[in-house]
Amino acid sequence: MRVIVVGAGEVGSSIAASLADSHEVVVIDIDRDRVEALTYSLDVLAIEGDGADLDTLREAGIEQTDMVIASTDDDETNIVTCGTVKTTSDAFTIARVKNTKYLTTWQSKEGAFGVDFLVCTDLLTAESIVRVVGLPATQDVDAFAGGSVLMAQFGISAESPITGQTIRDADRFDSLTFAAILRGDAVVIPRGETTIETDDQVIVIGSPESVRGFAMELAPGQGGNGQDVVIIGGSEIAFQTARLLEARGFHPRLIEDREARALELAERLPNTTVMESDPTDIEFLTREMVGQADIVIAGLESDERNLLASLLAKRLGAKRTVAIVDAGEYVDLFEAVGVDVAVNPREATAEEITRFTRDEQAENVALIESDRAEVLEFEIDADSILAGRPIQQSVADLPEGVVIGAVTRDNRMITPRGDTVIEVNDHVVLFVDHDAIDAVTASV
Amino acid sequence: MKRRVNWWTSVSLTGTVIKYLSVALLLPLFVALVDGEGVMTFVATIAITLTVGVALERFERDDELGFREGFLMVALTWFGVAVIGTIPYLIAGYGTESMLANPVNALFESMSGFTTTGATVMGDFTIHSRAILIWRQLTQWLGGMGIVVLAVAILPELSVGGAQLMDAEAPGPGLEKLTPRIAETARALWGAYLGFTILQIVLLYGLHLGGMAPNMDVYNAVAHALTTMPTGGFSPEARSIEAFSAAVQWVIIPFMVVAGTNFALFWHVLTGESEQLFEDSEFRAYLGAMAVLSAVIAGLLFTGAGLGAIAGQVPPIIGESEDALRHATFQVTSIMTTTGYASMDFNTWSAPTQYLLLFAMFIGGSAGSTGGAVKVVRWLVILKSLRRELFTTVHPEAISPVRLGGRTVDERAIRGIYAFTLLYVLIFFFGVLFVLVDMTRIQDSLSVLEVMSAVAATLGNVGPGFGAAGPMNNYLVFTQESKLLMVFLMWVGRLEIFPVFVLLTSAYWRS
Repeated sequence: MRVIVVGAGEVGSSIAASLADSHEVVVIDIDRDRVEALTYSLDVLAIEGDGADLDTLREAGIEQTDMVIASTDDDETNIVTCGTVKTTSDAFTIARVKNTKYLTTWQSKEGAFGVDFLVCTDLLTAESIVRVVGLPATQDVDAFAGGSVLMAQFGISAESPITGQTIRDADRFDSLTFAAILRGDAVVIPRGETTIETDDQVIVIGSPESVRGFAMELAPGQGGNGQDVVIIGGSEIAFQTARLLEARGFHPRLIEDREARALELAERLPNTTVMESDPTDIEFLTREMVGQADIVIAGLESDERNLLASLLAKRLGAKRTVAIVDAGEYVDLFEAVGVDVAVNPREATAEEITRFTRDEQAENVALIESDRAEVLEFEIDADSILAGRPIQQSVADLPEGVVIGAVTRDNRMITPRGDTVIEVNDHVVLFVDHDAIDAVTASV
Repeated sequence: MKRRVNWWTSVSLTGTVIKYLSVALLLPLFVALVDGEGVMTFVATIAITLTVGVALERFERDDELGFREGFLMVALTWFGVAVIGTIPYLIAGYGTESMLANPVNALFESMSGFTTTGATVMGDFTIHSRAILIWRQLTQWLGGMGIVVLAVAILPELSVGGAQLMDAEAPGPGLEKLTPRIAETARALWGAYLGFTILQIVLLYGLHLGGMAPNMDVYNAVAHALTTMPTGGFSPEARSIEAFSAAVQWVIIPFMVVAGTNFALFWHVLTGESEQLFEDSEFRAYLGAMAVLSAVIAGLLFTGAGLGAIAGQVPPIIGESEDALRHATFQVTSIMTTTGYASMDFNTWSAPTQYLLLFAMFIGGSAGSTGGAVKVVRWLVILKSLRRELFTTVHPEAISPVRLGGRTVDERAIRGIYAFTLLYVLIFFFGVLFVLVDMTRIQDSLSVLEVMSAVAATLGNVGPGFGAAGPMNNYLVFTQESKLLMVFLMWVGRLEIFPVFVLLTSAYWRS
């Protein structure tokens, strides 16, 4: 497949990098330095120019292209680029936008703006934050098989009740599978005798109830459903987060220091208590009892202030903090100094677009830690090596680094055991190490 | 920018409205011709109205109508038509026993008609011709949806300033434009109003044909529809709706409810957005308040606690669930929508029940309805903003806009609502004081409740009060001075105070 990526910023580069292995990738950017950098760092063709310019697109070979991904930082440019592509080519177009108003328009009419798939960054980020809110101690959550299966990633601290236990001891939950342990740079496929250590990242796959039960055990007394949510800052992502939380029946509190914006948010969020104050004013935070919140989400427009606000909230006693981090390279740093979950909008976007390009093989994909592993959902057809056999037999034919996390039949989850026979039309959710992805996609 | 208020533009436009009022006089003229009684009264009135209208219209007017001229025109028009409305009463009453031969009484009756108040000085109804009575009812019908709204609907020269004018006249805060052109909005409102009136005539007369309403003939059906839809309450019967069967009373209740509802909602229903009716928070609060008050009073009447000492003289109601429910619902809807009909003499009710009705007089109908008083939406905003004040006392940094049906209410609008309500209550207290002093001067001893109810009933355009001003009595008991004050109260009440009071400020007249 030939893919043109317009915009070589963080999102574009990351998409290009993940596609470069298996596809012919052309990258267009107006910045000469970036073009030059890409030419040497990735096995792609980098062209300097304006993606919304038909001549540039022709130069990139638009006629032979199957897919165009418009991922600059400017919404309008991305939309116009897709429209321009459609004038001369039938290539599949993907646009990245921030503003949800474009998403609303696009959803109201198929193919609006000449965009075939539209990724809304702010909404996507808000969605990933909201997924984390319901589950204490989670780092990342994704739903599969229409929501009947969850994949969740948990950070293990020294105080965690399962630290030092073997998988066999820790596996006390029905319909929950320990899919993998991320230890440093390594991906450990757990066996019964594998011990869980401090600072591990544990990936579990199971029914929503069992994952929630596991989360409650890891973080006892953390309110569970996160009743008391405080959102610091009134950025668009913060607004979308509050909106999604409201839709789930939460009554969050939101703190914003610009008067006009606070008023606007108050008008648009009927079930949120909007407060106008400096979010780093300790006296105010104490008076409003932010320290007693189950979860504090920092959604200010600067990474530094988000870090400060999260640490402040943590210090006052907030049980959990989630911070939005614009600069991808800070994500690890944030989590290292005490922010429980750092969410990077660009990473979320790149992940979503990459996931979409993979959808041809799998029903649904979740990327683990950018690209180290994936959780894939497949519908089993008669050709699959899993079809019609008990799991213990087919495991021998699967490559190393694959774990069968869950099986669903008619939208009901079946906990996979050795003697479980997988039937045609079942959905299986697999944890797959990065190196095994191609082999698994081919055989399952 | 204009340097000062252009009087003559407003006067001239008022003249145009008065000129067209002569067209409305054709209906009583028709009744007079059928009955062969009082024909000359209306021929003369039409001649005078045309002459005055055309004469005033001749004043030079600017093409552009500023908002200052708008206020003046609305206030003048309402006063002007009330004065013109006295002519048939004065001519027909000349040299007879009629109380309406007195100019103050005639003005009271005419203002009460156009403002849809329904307070009357008529004692003996039998001495008046049917033509005079139908004119009395017609003034209410014209005043209900608004003479100025009607003028905007039919006079092309009002298309530019029309929104200003309608805003100044229409009940409730703010004006909802239903269509891009204001004249079309005005026509839509009048269309719905006319449609409901015709429907009510058909239903009432249908009851008569079906044998369920013996004395509801065509004349009565028309007369009552003409005074229900404007929430007026001028019945040609001295005993008001008590003179008719229970079936008639049950039919009139929903029409009063409709009349007290924002007409824009019906327009939405007609254009296929019927969900807007029940999603409207004012409408829900309006129905809710009515239901609660009706249920409470029905319970009081059923047990007998709601009836006063002279209960023995009223039809059986204690222990009669249909009677208790019907009379309670009828009186509550009638008073709350400011219609002012009575299905029984509620003077026989106990003081607590009457105070409940007095309370209902202040609630009023919905914004954009033909009802008067403070209006449900204003109370709703006041209650919500008070709740907000309590909340922000605990959370000083909280920003919580007052919401009404998903939309936030502008802070300036909230201020306006507080100002209106405060002014309304102040005028009420001043009015009560004035009448009490006046009555003491002539050594007449009306109770405070009687005086309060009379003032609230005229200011809120309700009509009957309690006691001497009760539904089966009339306002003749008051002095000329008190009646003139009530004429003023009806006038400012119908125009919702500001369009009249703004004329009294120096800021209005300064450039």
